[in-house]
Amino acid sequence: MKPLIEVKNLVTRFDLKAGLFGRVYGRVHAVENVSFDIYPGETLALVGESGCGKSTIARSIMHLDKTSSGSIKFNGKETLGVSSRNLRTFQRNVQMVFQDPFSSLNPRMTVGKAIADPMIVNKIIPKDAIPQRVQELLERVDMEKDHMNRYPHAFSGGQRQRICIARVLGLDPKLIIADEAVASLDVTIQAKVINLLMDLQAELGISLLFISHDVAVVERIAHRVAVMYLGEIVEIGDRQSIFRNPRHSYTKKLFGSVPVPDPRLRKKDSMLIADEIPSAMRAPNFIPIQLPMQQVSDTHFVREETPV
Amino acid sequence: MDKNKIVEVENLHVSFSLSDNVTVDAVKGVSFHIDQGETLALVGESGSGKSVTAMTIMRLPEHDGARINEGAIHLRLRSGEIVDIVKLPISRMNDIRGADVSIVFQDPMASLNPVFTVGHQIAEAIIIHQGKSPKQAEEIAFNTLQLVRVPDAERRMKQYPHQLSGGMRQRVVIAMALSCRPVLLIADEPSTALDVTIQAQILNLIRALQKEIVMSVLFITHDMGVVAEIADRVCVMQKGRFVETGSVYDIFENPQHPYTRALISAVPKLGSMTDKDKPEKFPILEFEED
Ligand SMILES: Nc1ncnc2c1ncn2[C@@H]1O[C@H](COP(=O)(O)OP(=O)(O)OP(=O)(O)O)[C@@H](O)[C@H]1O
Ligand SMILES: Nc1ncnc2c1ncn2[C@@H]1O[C@H](COP(=O)(O)OP(=O)(O)OP(=O)(O)O)[C@@H](O)[C@H]1O
Ligand SMILES: [Mg+2]
Ligand SMILES: [Mg+2]
Repeated sequence: MKPLIEVKNLVTRFDLKAGLFGRVYGRVHAVENVSFDIYPGETLALVGESGCGKSTIARSIMHLDKTSSGSIKFNGKETLGVSSRNLRTFQRNVQMVFQDPFSSLNPRMTVGKAIADPMIVNKIIPKDAIPQRVQELLERVDMEKDHMNRYPHAFSGGQRQRICIARVLGLDPKLIIADEAVASLDVTIQAKVINLLMDLQAELGISLLFISHDVAVVERIAHRVAVMYLGEIVEIGDRQSIFRNPRHSYTKKLFGSVPVPDPRLRKKDSMLIADEIPSAMRAPNFIPIQLPMQQVSDTHFVREETPV
Repeated sequence: MDKNKIVEVENLHVSFSLSDNVTVDAVKGVSFHIDQGETLALVGESGSGKSVTAMTIMRLPEHDGARINEGAIHLRLRSGEIVDIVKLPISRMNDIRGADVSIVFQDPMASLNPVFTVGHQIAEAIIIHQGKSPKQAEEIAFNTLQLVRVPDAERRMKQYPHQLSGGMRQRVVIAMALSCRPVLLIADEPSTALDVTIQAQILNLIRALQKEIVMSVLFITHDMGVVAEIADRVCVMQKGRFVETGSVYDIFENPQHPYTRALISAVPKLGSMTDKDKPEKFPILEFEED
């Protein structure tokens, strides 16, 4: 089987500009030389510190952030540098649920129209079948069919998230990029929505790039896991070996700090830390050095670390 | 109002009328109180009315067309005065918000202005509400950003909101709220985009500030790990009503309502999948619908 999407040596940097003439005084190295594949029917989870570049990878795949270099292939074909006219299939087949459910819905469009319009534009199903389909999609994300006629502002945070998911599902995409897409749902509804995604994956072979801070959810649904730190993938592998045998110090720290839902185990008087935090902001002439990856097993790789 | 209490909400009813003759009863008779220095967690189903309940304490849903149909909200101000929020002219809310009550909205962009740098915005809040000089305000802003673990705080102050990651924006908004040293902090899902290490620091920071200035906290979250870590008491909400209220120990160890039980037992636990080859769906727990 061939990968659905192949990301190779992806670099995305943001220039920091000052003054009238836009002098570049620094650069955010948001994504540094990142490579991974996702196969049909596979879920790759992307985890890592807040600000490490997860959304930027997602936005780069969607052509929403300008990449500095690298390659993003879909079904074996390069997508970077290709005019958007020649990217229609790619754009229909790759859909993203954005991290911010508040700004990703047009406030002047009813929810029904927000879900229906992309289906109409992309001629997914006959026009007269659309109202029925919209209803069905809303019901599948645990919303009611009469929600169709309301505007986005009349919904709670989690309801908006589910509307965004319904909209994406309506397009029958091959790859869904879910950026913290279930983060504002309570566990009972979260379970239903994730199960829905897993059912669709089993039925239709959808691939998922699942970005999440919830390590326990990732352990449940991912086939493979990539751990990011400061713009780089520091560890990648199949779910079982990553969770059983985490190698990188950041991965260990991440798994070690997951809070236990038990008030009796509450940490007493933890210390406030105010040390310098590693940052991806660099001087304009900074040249990153990337340490190589070590192979742990056939399916598990970890980046070397500078000894402290 | 009892002298330990900072806020007491009685039988609150809030509804929205939508244009097509439909009313949404978002909050249907909710009562609770928060003691001074206490942290109350509000948990519950998505769409159950948590945000509307919390924001009504500052009369915000009315700007969105909501009506308070019934109820009272007694709030003890910093000055010692006790007011019934529901009876105040809405124009007084601006003074109370910021001076006595800080809010961290579920949507961080709701409190960030896209055309000003984040440093400017935090400093401005401090100047207005605490009467500090611009120079002092900038220093407080910088220190608070460091405490909420924003890397490179000095340079980040000069950036605009859209240049930050989702979690950084959340941290900026938390910094803004905490730097006003409120009597009551209302935090609506403030940590959905934060990884566990940063989240732990922010919970510590809130606790530290609580000790220092006797701050009460209303914390909305769906993350039961966070509830276990920070709450004194917990209210569980479903379809506009409180279905259960109790100490954090009662809720975790002896949940009574079927929804609360489902909520506690459905929390995904790390390590539950170590000997499974393949991903697995979540078990769906049935609980009675009211
Ligand atoms: N448009 C932009 N201009 C400048 N810097 C940006 C821009 N978008 C992102 N960045 C920077 O790139 C880095 C990575 O951000 P990104 O949003 O990808 O992080 P993330 O891993 O998704 O974090 P979070 O978990 O907090 O959402 C951050 O330092 C951020 O400030
Ligand atoms: N401006 C509005 N107009 C009409 N209805 C609204 C409005 N805001 C909220 N609602 C409705 O009120 C109910 C409660 O919403 P609220 O935002 O309080 O939910 P929540 O418990 O915070 O959910 P979540 O966890 O998803 O954020 C929902 O059914 C929602 O659809
Ligand atoms: Mg992000
Ligand atoms: Mg809410």
